[in-house]
Amino acid sequence: MSPNATLDKISRQFPRSVIETHTWRGDATAIVRREDILAICTFLRDDPELAYNFMMDLTAVDYLGKAPRFEVVYHLYSLSKNQRVRIKAQVPEADCAIDSIVSVWIAADWFEREVFDLYGIVFKGHPNLKRILLYEGFEGHPLRKDYPVKQRQPLIGPLN
Amino acid sequence: MGLINTFSAEEPLGPNVVVTRLEAAINWSRKYSFFLYPFATACCAMEFMAVGGPRYDLDRFGAALPRFSPRQADLLMVVGTITHKQAPILVKVYNQMTEPKWVMAFGVCAVSGGFYDNYATVQGIDTLIPVDVYIPGCPPRPEMVLDGLMLLQEKVTQEKWSDWPKGPAPVKMKC
Repeated sequence: MSPNATLDKISRQFPRSVIETHTWRGDATAIVRREDILAICTFLRDDPELAYNFMMDLTAVDYLGKAPRFEVVYHLYSLSKNQRVRIKAQVPEADCAIDSIVSVWIAADWFEREVFDLYGIVFKGHPNLKRILLYEGFEGHPLRKDYPVKQRQPLIGPLN
Repeated sequence: MGLINTFSAEEPLGPNVVVTRLEAAINWSRKYSFFLYPFATACCAMEFMAVGGPRYDLDRFGAALPRFSPRQADLLMVVGTITHKQAPILVKVYNQMTEPKWVMAFGVCAVSGGFYDNYATVQGIDTLIPVDVYIPGCPPRPEMVLDGLMLLQEKVTQEKWSDWPKGPAPVKMKC
């Protein structure tokens, strides 16, 4: 399936969830509501024409000052179809949570922990949601745009 | 070998006897027999390998025997960036070393944090443990490391027993 056909298929299947789609130089992107992310991911994996069986990357973006503030970005790849698609799910600051997709692709486990660690986005249903890169006792989420550049952590004293 | 023929008491005894102070003799032997513990965490470790290899050869200074247990080492070489997460480990290693012990900050990250002025990096290991010699550079040239080692040897020569830092590192950490 071409990138446009992939996006059409997602839009037809989830007409109320897909907010916007676009392709640019062969890269397909769909911006979706977070409520249906689990259903969308399951559909992308299980539909025989799409067959996105490989979750390549999961990350987040902080658009400070915009609403909704966060976007969780999923990069998917179909090994059998040699196709890629990017799904962006919008997450507001007030209720900073989204469904975990570990049940769809087990590879999402550590990616979701990383996003939780650095952005503070909670993944509901994650089997082991705790910090992965930073240590227990770290205060705040340093990749948020409003994390102070000179902020220092209490673990090793005021000089640091 | 500056110790020989320093004291007039040697003259009547001839060349077979060396008179010295016990402290000076021990320091002299210590400065040529560092047992170093390479706490290598980052890219500076490549330069540490270069300085340990045959071209620059730390062994010429008697410091070529890396010990991979801090309990057998007396020179802690902190080679690379130290993150907050790693800081308790560094302090634990330092506390486990036998006295007397010396610390070398190898590379600008260990000296001051380098350009990593961010949420994760220790701003110089001297905020955690006492440091004897600082070697800047990103990474330092092997010549700089050898220069630093010779500076440390000079320092050791002049040390008294009361000069060594004793006890655990001054910072308190859960580790």
